[in-house]
Amino acid sequence: MSSPPIIDKKDVAAAKARDGKDEGAFDAPVTRERDQASVDYLLELGDDALILGQRLGEWCGHAPSVEVDLSLANMGLDLIGQATNWLGAAAECLDGKDADALAFHRDVLDFKNCLMVEQPNGDFAQTMARQFLFSTWQHMLLERLTGSSDQQVREIAAKSVKEVAYHRELASDWVIRLGDGTEESARRMADGLDWNWRFIPELFEVTKEREELIERGIAADPREFEDDYRAALANILAEAQLEAPADQRPILGGRRGHHSEHLGHLLAVMQFLPRTYPDAKW
Amino acid sequence: MTGHDWPLWEVFVRAKGGLAHRHVGSVHAPDEEMALHHARDTYTRRMEGVSLWVVKSNDIVASDPDEAGQTFEPARDKVYRHPTFYEIPDEVKHI
Repeated sequence: MSSPPIIDKKDVAAAKARDGKDEGAFDAPVTRERDQASVDYLLELGDDALILGQRLGEWCGHAPSVEVDLSLANMGLDLIGQATNWLGAAAECLDGKDADALAFHRDVLDFKNCLMVEQPNGDFAQTMARQFLFSTWQHMLLERLTGSSDQQVREIAAKSVKEVAYHRELASDWVIRLGDGTEESARRMADGLDWNWRFIPELFEVTKEREELIERGIAADPREFEDDYRAALANILAEAQLEAPADQRPILGGRRGHHSEHLGHLLAVMQFLPRTYPDAKW
Repeated sequence: MTGHDWPLWEVFVRAKGGLAHRHVGSVHAPDEEMALHHARDTYTRRMEGVSLWVVKSNDIVASDPDEAGQTFEPARDKVYRHPTFYEIPDEVKHI
């Protein structure tokens, strides 16, 4: 056919150097050393942010004014950014997964978000009531996670905590304005709080596995700030001239994949495109 | 709640320390605190600022466009008000 190719020594050296560098490129993805409990924790943090971010996105184009539309979209995007970081960290420990795979290719039972974030938006007051109850908790949690013994958790928490401090302030201000507003706005805010109130106890639930993660300094213990949390709510509600809703039978289970029917509908919208067109690119 | 009954606020952003606040636009908001939130969410999403001012549009006193003639034209032919008639020595830089 043809004479053997003439091989330049320089080319051989270059190829060797190149091959040397590529060595192991097709090995299994780098897996960080984390146990199941740690990965579950990252998934919880990520799913909370992802699902609430998606919920807030539903307001896009429907908010009471263009300014509020932007406020809600900004918050939603902050949360989806946080979810990308948490789920990305979890994915590093799971062979062949990335944050998108976790967000778009898991089914309802695999999601570990708390039940509060999947609750429907309702009216603007109900959305803000949910935001107030969740952001206040999330802020207190992230403040503690900036001191986690896991460096990646520490770094993601440090980046997120400033965003969430703002969410908390904005939501608190809306609770005060609607509560201490007109008769109608006060009634709507009271209804919104009432809807979401029963999902508070889940935020402070600590399982045995979690207990161990807390002892290792990776997770924060929410029970340490439950009193502060209740006091913070009471302060804002007092300023809003609102009564705290009566405690209801708590509803738990989101962390174990027992979700309300709302989550399935949310995922159907969120996951439709990447599942139908798996190769779609921006 | 439609936002239409909220007063209008003018928004000023300081891009970085040392620069003056610049007018960037306006937002509707029920009160000054919410006006700051709305200004932040509307005009500083892409790291445009380090400081924000809002002021009720109603509180701004503006010159009357119908009186632009008497307000601005008298200055037009008074070129001597511009400091362009001085000889600047070569040694003086940065003027």
